[in-house]
Amino acid sequence: MSAKVVTVTSGKGGVGKTTTTANLGIALATLGKNVVCIDSDIGLRNLDVVMGLENRIVYDLVDAVEGRCRISQAMIRDRRLENLFLIPAAQTRDKNAVSPSDMINLCDQLRNDMDFIIIDSPAGIERGFRNALAPSDEVIVVTNPEVSSLRDADRIIGIVEAEEKGPAKLVINRLNPAMVKRGDMLSSEDVVELLAIPLIGIVPEDPAVLVSTNHGHPVVLDEKSKAGQAFVNIAKRLMGEEVAWIALEDRNGLFSKISNIFSGGR
Amino acid sequence: MASLVKKLFGKSKASANHAKERLHLVLIHDRTDLSPEDLKQLKDRLIEVISDYVEIDASETEIEIAVKGREQSLIANIPLKSPRKRR
Repeated sequence: MSAKVVTVTSGKGGVGKTTTTANLGIALATLGKNVVCIDSDIGLRNLDVVMGLENRIVYDLVDAVEGRCRISQAMIRDRRLENLFLIPAAQTRDKNAVSPSDMINLCDQLRNDMDFIIIDSPAGIERGFRNALAPSDEVIVVTNPEVSSLRDADRIIGIVEAEEKGPAKLVINRLNPAMVKRGDMLSSEDVVELLAIPLIGIVPEDPAVLVSTNHGHPVVLDEKSKAGQAFVNIAKRLMGEEVAWIALEDRNGLFSKISNIFSGGR
Repeated sequence: MASLVKKLFGKSKASANHAKERLHLVLIHDRTDLSPEDLKQLKDRLIEVISDYVEIDASETEIEIAVKGREQSLIANIPLKSPRKRR
C-alpha cells in the first residue's frame, strides 16, 4: 500500500476546507479505504470538532513531529469507522512549530499503512499552507461561487502550479441552484471558466451540513442529504471512478436557457 | 444567448454576470501583476518605440491581455499608416 496524499486548501477562510476534509475522509473510509486526516491548522484546531472526535485527543501533530509520542499515538481512531484516523493540530503552538520537511517525513512514515492521507490546510498562503502543500500528491482547492473566495482560489492555484503540484482539482462548495437560476450566483460553468482547472465536485448549499456539524456527525453519513451525496461522489472521483454529475436543478444548461427565453430572462 | 434575450427585454444585468466580468479583469491583473495603469504606460512606450521605425496610427493602437485557460498573452494591434495617408 502506498497512500496518496491529498491537500485540501482554499486561500480564503470559511469556504469549507475542514468540512470537505472531514466528509472526504469519512466517505473514503466508508468505501473501504484506510484513511488518516491531518489537521495542519496549528493554533486553530477544528477538524477534531467537525469529525466529533474532540474528546479523545491525547497527543497531536506537533507532539508526533517533535518526538514526544509515536505517530500511532497521535492517531485518533474514529468511533464509527475503524479504518479512519485523525491526527489533530496542536492548539497552543503556532505554524512555525512544524516545517514543510517535517510534514513530508510524517506522511512518508504513514504512506505504507494508508490509502489516503488527507491534509486540512489552514487559510492563507503563508507557512501553514506551505506545510500542508509540501507532502501533497494531489491538491483540492475549495471555493464558493463568490468573488473573494474565487480570487483567493486563483492565487492558490497559481502557487500550486509554480510548485509543480498542479493542476489542482476544484471543489465548488455552497452552490445555491435557485440563485444561479435567477442569475444572482456564478454558475459552476462560470467558475470553471474563470479558474480553468479540472472540476472534481459541486456541493450544493444544504442546511444539513450545519446540522450534522453541530452533532459532530459529518453530513456524508446522512444518506438523504444532497451535499452528503456530492462528497461521496468526490471521494469516488479521487479513487479514479467516473461518476455522473448530480442534477442540481439548474446548471445553466440548455434547459435553463430555453426557460430563460420563455420567462423573458428571469 | 440568454444575455441577448435579457437585453431585448430591457432587463438590468444579472449580478452573476457582473461578478464574472469583474473577476475576469481582476484575475488577469492578479496573474500578470500588471495593473491597468501599467498597461497604459506599456502601450505609450510601445507606440513611442515603434514610431521610431515606422509610422503608426497611435489613436487606433490597442493592447490587451488575452486569456486561454490559465495562460495569458499580450496582444497588440498596431495599425500602420498607409502610404497614401503619409503624404
